[in-house]
Amino acid sequence: MSRIIEDVICKFCGCLCDDIAVETEDDHIVKIKRACPNGRSMFLDYDSSFSKPLVNGREVEWDEAITAAADILDKADSPLIYGLSSTSSESQRKAVELADHLGAVIDSTSSVCHFPTSQALQAVGEATCTLGEVKNRADLLIYWGCNPLVSHIRHFSRYSANAKGMLLPNGRKDRTVVVVDVRPTATSKVADIFLQIKPETDYEILSSLRALVHGKKPEYCIDGVNIEQLEQLAAMLKNCRYGVIFFGMGLTMSTGRSYNVTELFTLVAELNKFNRFSAMPMRGHGNVAGADQVLTWLSGYPTAVSFACGIPQIGPGEFTSVDMLAGKEIDAAFIIASNPAVHFPHAAASHLKKIPTIHMAPVSNGFTGDADVILPTACYGIDAPGTSYRMDNVPLRLRSVLKKKRPTDEEVLIQIIKAVKKC
Amino acid sequence: MKKFFTLITGRTKKQAHGLHKGIGSPDYIAATSYVEICPDDIASLGIIEGQKVKLLSEAGSVELAVHSADIPIGLLFIPMGPAANQLVGPETFGTGMPSFKGMQIKVSPL
Amino acid sequence: MLGITGGKVFDPINGIDGRLMDIWIKDGKVVPEEMIDKSEAQIIDASGKVVMPGGVDIHSHIAGAKVNSGRKMCPEDSLRLLRPRSQITRSGSGLTVPSTHLTGYLYSEMGYTTVMEAAAAPLVARHTHEELEDIPNIDKGVFITMGNNHFIMKCIRDGELGKAKDYVAWLVGAAKGFAIKIVNPGGVENWKYGKNVQNLDDEVIGFGVTPRQILTTLGQINKDLKLPHPLHIHGLRLGQAGNVDITIETMELMNEFNGHFCHVQFMSYGGERGSLPQSASKKIAQAINEKSGVSVDVGQIVFGPATTMTSDGPAQFSLHQRIGGKWINDDLESESGGGLAPLTFKRNNPLHGTMWLTGLEIFLLVDDPWKVFLTTDHPNAGPFLGYPQVIRLLMDRDYRTREFERLHTKAKKNALLPELKREYTLYEIAIITRGGPARRLGLKNKGHLGIGADADLTVYLPDDDKEEMFSHPAWVVKDGEIVVKDGHLVREQPGRTMYVSPNYDPQIEEDIKAHFKESYTISFENYSIRSEHMGPNEKISCD
Repeated sequence: MSRIIEDVICKFCGCLCDDIAVETEDDHIVKIKRACPNGRSMFLDYDSSFSKPLVNGREVEWDEAITAAADILDKADSPLIYGLSSTSSESQRKAVELADHLGAVIDSTSSVCHFPTSQALQAVGEATCTLGEVKNRADLLIYWGCNPLVSHIRHFSRYSANAKGMLLPNGRKDRTVVVVDVRPTATSKVADIFLQIKPETDYEILSSLRALVHGKKPEYCIDGVNIEQLEQLAAMLKNCRYGVIFFGMGLTMSTGRSYNVTELFTLVAELNKFNRFSAMPMRGHGNVAGADQVLTWLSGYPTAVSFACGIPQIGPGEFTSVDMLAGKEIDAAFIIASNPAVHFPHAAASHLKKIPTIHMAPVSNGFTGDADVILPTACYGIDAPGTSYRMDNVPLRLRSVLKKKRPTDEEVLIQIIKAVKKC
Repeated sequence: MKKFFTLITGRTKKQAHGLHKGIGSPDYIAATSYVEICPDDIASLGIIEGQKVKLLSEAGSVELAVHSADIPIGLLFIPMGPAANQLVGPETFGTGMPSFKGMQIKVSPL
Repeated sequence: MLGITGGKVFDPINGIDGRLMDIWIKDGKVVPEEMIDKSEAQIIDASGKVVMPGGVDIHSHIAGAKVNSGRKMCPEDSLRLLRPRSQITRSGSGLTVPSTHLTGYLYSEMGYTTVMEAAAAPLVARHTHEELEDIPNIDKGVFITMGNNHFIMKCIRDGELGKAKDYVAWLVGAAKGFAIKIVNPGGVENWKYGKNVQNLDDEVIGFGVTPRQILTTLGQINKDLKLPHPLHIHGLRLGQAGNVDITIETMELMNEFNGHFCHVQFMSYGGERGSLPQSASKKIAQAINEKSGVSVDVGQIVFGPATTMTSDGPAQFSLHQRIGGKWINDDLESESGGGLAPLTFKRNNPLHGTMWLTGLEIFLLVDDPWKVFLTTDHPNAGPFLGYPQVIRLLMDRDYRTREFERLHTKAKKNALLPELKREYTLYEIAIITRGGPARRLGLKNKGHLGIGADADLTVYLPDDDKEEMFSHPAWVVKDGEIVVKDGHLVREQPGRTMYVSPNYDPQIEEDIKAHFKESYTISFENYSIRSEHMGPNEKISCD
């Protein structure tokens, strides 16, 4: 039997496009409308079939897998719970409860994307807005160290450059688009202005823009740009009606890290003396913004939280996963809906192979193969409903379009919490 | 020519697509196992497109095929993934964030 | 089954002023004695103790996007108060912006059982509800901001008031809100152009409507929909010198519709515009005393750290411009906005001293305690943990005088406070912290201990030091379960989220769908929150 489900939310990236139509036939997805290539393959490549959990490579019943997972966590002195960005906020809340109970460190994939952004926010705050304000008001858009046409493919059409909005009835014609990056990208090719900068010069350029905005001319030179280019950009920043800077890992992963973002946030805050201005990180995974939110409301901190002393403590560089794994300070890991084995530097990823590991994810994501306990769960937004936070922190309730044949992350976490409380 | 290249890792459409197929899938491995270098640098390295080079950082090394790309002189781009992460060191400078962008790399033809 | 026997009961809604009596509880409700099988009932011996209904907070920022931004921006606040996990409770952190579970524990340990989250934009109310579910031991509700809503302003512009009413009814139900909140009507929209409103007849850019029209339209709708709580109003020019006049003008405008004016301390300053604010407590108290349709909560300053947060984006920006430091702004499409800035209130700061005086004077000059309620606009004027200290200031004139003497000389000059001899009684404290807010919220089962009331109550040990007495109740009962025993939290249990869902003409949905297509970035179908996706909840009827 075939049916079409409208207004489905795609949770592939932080855009959380909620206008997707999914056609299913006999509980299989056969057609996707309106999704971008990334979203389309997330739906079409997903395998919802039942599969059993594995313990040491052996198929077992769920009870046994839960007991094995609880046993690993209970025996560990310094367990790490990592991932969270592609699961629902309901599961994230359970994961934090588990971490609190165990005295574990809990860290999300924000650790290797926008934790420096949170550190900047802790330092100076952030002037921001929702994507609808971008669509309805923003006449100047700056994309700094990000490439949305590859990573957030419908961002331009739904929310920013190409969208028609209240004060921008002609869409793209009514907006000026600037891209700042170290290399030409798909996004820079469609910009009105492409400011190609040298790697590692973001901080200097942002500082210079601050000076220029305040009518001061920097006397130093920056490798790769001339002062006239910056003067032109500073004038644009001051003279627009409502400007927005979107920024990505070009800032957070480069030298300076949080200082780059602090400088950006300061610039944006100061611009509000002249006109209206906002900044927004391009959050990658569908619910990575939710991971920050949930951890914050449960512990006070967005990322890299240790419950080891019985109280929540934050520690950039200390309780962050890459540092703890590379320093061999972790003796068991529970990986939830993520793949640090391929996304972490080799020195950190290799420690994962040496310690007992539990990996919970929708089976189609693929497993590292090295995990001692593998927990194949349902996928939020495809065969399980749940809450997810968009890149601008607007929460949406993901729909489920297929019958669920595996348990959800939340259900498994509830069982594991029960089991470790018995240990 | 420059002694060191600056490595930028990042997302690509094919890398994202490969993730859906699974991290062990040929799609994913193909999508994450090459290095982009600009034509000028390819010429000065005395290599040709498609040839394998050895990339060496203070954290490790990896051998990858060269793709010619429109990027600045002195820059390397590798899609985020296990190959790139052979080169990225675990130092985070107290932030939690390793140098996924900005590692200094030596390139030698094979 | 539970009996609280021999206590001195203060239950103002039922007119009980310190009478020795027993309270009997069964199935989470107060019941007549004859319904209790005493051989099975657990007895709390309250002889020599004071029994009051559980505290009811009418205005506090405890959950949702803004509060969480405060937590995220202020790791330093986490270090001010840390709670380790225990056998029965979760760990937590934060004094002015405590984490969710800790918020529930701290309110519970202070004898409070019901707390209203003061503001959520409907677009992000789902976030607020997720956090509310994670706050144990108290019942709660959330007020929905509508004072800068595009659909409502368009209806006003086009003279379609019936449409506005149906929309409001739909919106408060869709967001699972408890009441309608207005924050700086029109000013938050104008802030999106870098501007604000200063007067009731200023124009809202792009809509051609005025704050006056927004206030009266929503006042009429609130009345027509028979919502349990009147319009909850944060007016114009918050924090500005000379704002008392616009506040009184707004009270005069809204008197006929009924209006609750929140954190009125911030809205009651004299002095020339742009100069240092003066206390205009006498003027505002007179207005409150004269107007039968007006109630207020104070937003009393508590010296020490605070985190200011409001949907009033332009007010937060001007505060940031004055004090510097960290600042968050968040513009929300088609609905609202907001901002945050951390701040410490200091005794030796003349302005902070004046603000402190203004609040206390309002408490002491408003004749009818049923019209003035205890809040610190948590965490704007200070954390809710300051309530016991405020109670002592109200009940103990000597203490108040000593605290007054510690203020900056400039703040003390010409101050009215030293002349005010009034001391609140326990009965009056029970009104401003229980009966009053519960009645004004329209919560029939809260704030009293009559038959059928929710079995939420607090037992205090009498103490001359009223701050100590109200900081550490001996027993707290929530829904008939003992949650605090001998001053210690002994139980964590979920609380309920109360909401209203008034009827509306379903035809309005077509108009709303069109509005969503035009203005929003999410679809109409993904907007409404369903009660089955919330934690424990209770629909409160509108009649």
